[in-house]
Amino acid sequence: MINASLKQLSAQLAQKKISSVELTQFHLDRIARLNPGLNAFVTVDAARSLAQARAADARIAAGKAQPLTGIPVAHKDIFCAKGWLTTCGSKMLANFVSPYDAHVVERLNAAGAVILGKTNMDEFAMGSSSETSFWGPVRNPWDQTRVPGGSSGGSAAAVAARMAPAAIGTDTGGSIRQPAALSGICGLKPTYGVVSRYGMIAFASSLDQGGPMAKSAEDLALMLNIMAGFDARDSTSLERPAEDYARVLEAPPRGDRAKPLRGLRIGAPKEYFGAGLGSDVGAAVEAALAQFEKLGAQRVAVNLPNAALSVPAYYVIAPAEASSNLSRFDGVRYGYRATDYADLADMYRKSRAQGFGAEVKRRILIGTYVLSHGYYDAYYLKAQKIRRLIAQDFVQAYEQCDLIMGPTSPNVAFTLGAKASDPVEMYLNDIYTVAANLAGLPAMSIPCGFGEGGMPVGLQLAGNYFTEARMLQAAHRYQLATDWHLRQPAGVE
Amino acid sequence: MSLSLPEVKRVALLARIEITAGEAEAVQGQLNNIFKLIEQMQSVDTRGITPMAHAQDVAQRLREDRITETDQHALYQSIAPQVENGLYLVPKVIE
Amino acid sequence: MDWETVIGIETHAQLSTVSKIFSGAATRFGAAPNVQACAVDIALPGVLPVLNKGAVERAVRFGLAVGADINRRSVFARKNYFYPDLPKGYQISQYELPVVRGGSLSMLVKDGEKTVRLTRAHLEEDAGKSLHEAAGNAHSALSHGMSGIDLNRAGTPLLEIVTEPDMRSAEEAVAYAKTLHALVRWIGICDGNMQEGSFRCDANVSVRPRGSAVLGTRCEIKNLNSFRFLEEAINYEVRRQIELLEDGGTVAQETRLYDPDRRETRSMRSKEEAHDYRYFPDPDLLPLDISAETIEQIRSELPELPQAKRERYQNDFGLSAYDAGVLTQSRENAEYFEDMVNRLGRPAVKACANWITVELAAAVNRAGIEIAQSPVSSEQLAWLIVRIDDGTISSRAAKDVFQALWQRENIAVAVLSAPRPSLHSSVKSAARDDIDNIIEQLGLKQISDTGALEDVIVQVLAANQKSVEEYRAGKEKAFNALVGQAMKATKGKGNPALINGILKKILAR
Repeated sequence: MINASLKQLSAQLAQKKISSVELTQFHLDRIARLNPGLNAFVTVDAARSLAQARAADARIAAGKAQPLTGIPVAHKDIFCAKGWLTTCGSKMLANFVSPYDAHVVERLNAAGAVILGKTNMDEFAMGSSSETSFWGPVRNPWDQTRVPGGSSGGSAAAVAARMAPAAIGTDTGGSIRQPAALSGICGLKPTYGVVSRYGMIAFASSLDQGGPMAKSAEDLALMLNIMAGFDARDSTSLERPAEDYARVLEAPPRGDRAKPLRGLRIGAPKEYFGAGLGSDVGAAVEAALAQFEKLGAQRVAVNLPNAALSVPAYYVIAPAEASSNLSRFDGVRYGYRATDYADLADMYRKSRAQGFGAEVKRRILIGTYVLSHGYYDAYYLKAQKIRRLIAQDFVQAYEQCDLIMGPTSPNVAFTLGAKASDPVEMYLNDIYTVAANLAGLPAMSIPCGFGEGGMPVGLQLAGNYFTEARMLQAAHRYQLATDWHLRQPAGVE
Repeated sequence: MSLSLPEVKRVALLARIEITAGEAEAVQGQLNNIFKLIEQMQSVDTRGITPMAHAQDVAQRLREDRITETDQHALYQSIAPQVENGLYLVPKVIE
Repeated sequence: MDWETVIGIETHAQLSTVSKIFSGAATRFGAAPNVQACAVDIALPGVLPVLNKGAVERAVRFGLAVGADINRRSVFARKNYFYPDLPKGYQISQYELPVVRGGSLSMLVKDGEKTVRLTRAHLEEDAGKSLHEAAGNAHSALSHGMSGIDLNRAGTPLLEIVTEPDMRSAEEAVAYAKTLHALVRWIGICDGNMQEGSFRCDANVSVRPRGSAVLGTRCEIKNLNSFRFLEEAINYEVRRQIELLEDGGTVAQETRLYDPDRRETRSMRSKEEAHDYRYFPDPDLLPLDISAETIEQIRSELPELPQAKRERYQNDFGLSAYDAGVLTQSRENAEYFEDMVNRLGRPAVKACANWITVELAAAVNRAGIEIAQSPVSSEQLAWLIVRIDDGTISSRAAKDVFQALWQRENIAVAVLSAPRPSLHSSVKSAARDDIDNIIEQLGLKQISDTGALEDVIVQVLAANQKSVEEYRAGKEKAFNALVGQAMKATKGKGNPALINGILKKILAR
């Protein structure tokens, strides 16, 4: 059961071989057993989950099931879910029971999926290790002395440890893909605007995008089918016809069956294979590229000349937007308010100093500074221009290739605390992922082998705007030919 | 370039985050390390490049002028730190 | 020294949409605290703004009405500052690229026509309100050093209209504000209710030696919500600045507040805290594109503007500048006037204008209301003029009818858009009946029966032989005495024109 795909689980539910209540209870039991060690979930509410499961069973019995009806899904604690504690990993929101549902949550609920619980994360999604949470760090199921990646580390660990069949996360600079890579699962960040941001607590509005995390590309496609869709409440939500992201997964190969990816041009930019890339990761990624070639894909040369500037530009733009987005946390209408203060100004300063953790405060300060008088042009505007250059690099690259592939992260999961004291070293973990957010492009990570310490390695697949289905097809074909995505950490059986 | 201690304190004041003298010094060091990374941006010539504020080059969609929201203040205020007679309470505002 | 005053004005006009600028909450005034503050208005985590089309259309309408350029692409920016009535910690406004650029407004001042150039007009959201004292509740937390925050107003659409420093006196500033106030109501973008804060002005005031080309240091007086306060505040501020400078001091650039009770401006210390608004494009809102078709559509729906109407009334109707000005003070005034002209025809234009600018204007002023709320409808007033014209009543008596009509509370205001029958006595008309009934009740009907008047006049002549002889001897004054006697004999109801004619005819025999 723990390795069953969403399609298989749906079939078993449809055939009444198992009920949603049983499936949900099964995963709740696994959470009860495994979560104390992993700290992947911050809120579990069995009564609520089981009530949803019972409703799903009734729906299945009435013959009104949709593809994900009855499937339990773990929600990153950044998505507002009505009646659920929604903390965003922060003391600031430690008591915030959301009075409304995010669009993604509405869609999953409407499909009949079950909210299995809220997963741990870096505070306000700011981090690459899931160590900055007010609720303590998440641990990697492959090695509990290591981090699972971040910021959606709780969702990644939940799927990796088979505590949830699938999960949802958000990705501002790699927060879905990097923990997917470090935890040995799959994760996809869609094209900006495909998934509504309504009800997703904002980190950096022009970069944030919700997406699925699961065991396989096929599962991601089914999840994205539910999550994606126009939402009038998000001005940046794109009005496009609904798309079936699974439609080409099984597309009949052009040419012989042994080469189902014939005609696919893969760009592997040299900038993603240079200094800083761990040799273990490099080797696994090279092997994956060779496998894609075996499947008929063709490797072409592409350049992303401004790739090295993506991290500096990102660490201006994201903190700038965050500094403003997080101004609403002032202790007036909800959330944390300091208990002792002299006056109004003091209440603000103390509530925010006590309610936010160190990394969040650091980024607010960076963001405030780069927007302040006299620095705006040199930093914020400069970063926006570099953002344009980076986006243009991709436009040129996608004239030569269909997908860009490379490592998701320069290294496998690192030890807890190893980079916690050096923000810059932590930020450089995002070197391969942030560009897709800056350009608004879709990108995903899938497991492609193991590196140092037997830790999983992720392969990043990135595509042009709205090519999620093509990316998923390539990943699915790879997963039909390999079994990296079916490996599971020891001790979670 | 690097941030001076008074600049760190000014930024913290602007951001309404209390910061002790000791914290300010530690934060100053961290921020300056981060700004060393950020400074790499200055190596590229961006003259004539249009800044990119949004990931998609599309225009704002407009909403019809209609009332769609109903009174939910009781629900919203159930999670507020301090309310009275429907008002959110804060220490006295001085104008 | 001879000082010159320089004034620029920023006006916040609340746009008359039913819902807020970025949310679907209602904008109605006077609701219980926070019942019109939705998730977006109170800035719950995760909520997002979506722009109201009605607000954009109103901004464009304004731009077209003042001859401004409509920016085909404008951008919303965040103005960051912390204040408890600002739930997001930033105000969504427009900064570098406003929706309206340029334009101007002309108005009549005592020296003739004055034109004030506009810099820009931009869309933004209003903040909520901080309440400092609880009414009549000593146990309330508000009475114990707390403030209460009501976010009903948060997110109400505003158009901020900014002028160049083109005004040279408080009088000019008031004339500008009044003209702008009339215009925004005229084009239906703002209800102009100043008590409710729908129209508030900030005045930037500086002084300089006359002839100097450089501007002096300015002070901004915030939130002036009446024309009188605007005038008083500017006059006080000008005196204050001149005194400072003449005493060898300097003016500090600052934000000031007008205290109407003490009739002085004072520094707003809270606003003096170092501000750095950190404007940047709002990543939640995309650029606002306004198509040429939209602009043309809105242009085609614009009503005739006050200035054009004023000129037309003077040129085509031959009205005085004063009358044309009063009649175009508001769209309702003009509609009232034009409704009367439509009913009575061009020959009655001057009579209509006189009745509105003299009798009606005086009554409206006394009552402290607008012509639109007048209990005497345009149709009734038109009938009154008909009754003067057809000799039923004298002009003098008509004033009594008007007063009687004004005071009758049960007379319904005629609906201006109702069908307008021509004034034939065969057509049923409630307004005509109102007029005729009052004439009847007050006994004001003139005697226009020639036979009856002849009888009276023969008796008057017989009783006043001395006057008849004096008249015949060439004493014109004697004729007036005879007219007076005839009027007296008819108890004031004789038609004076007829009496004149009959008297002359008989005396000529």
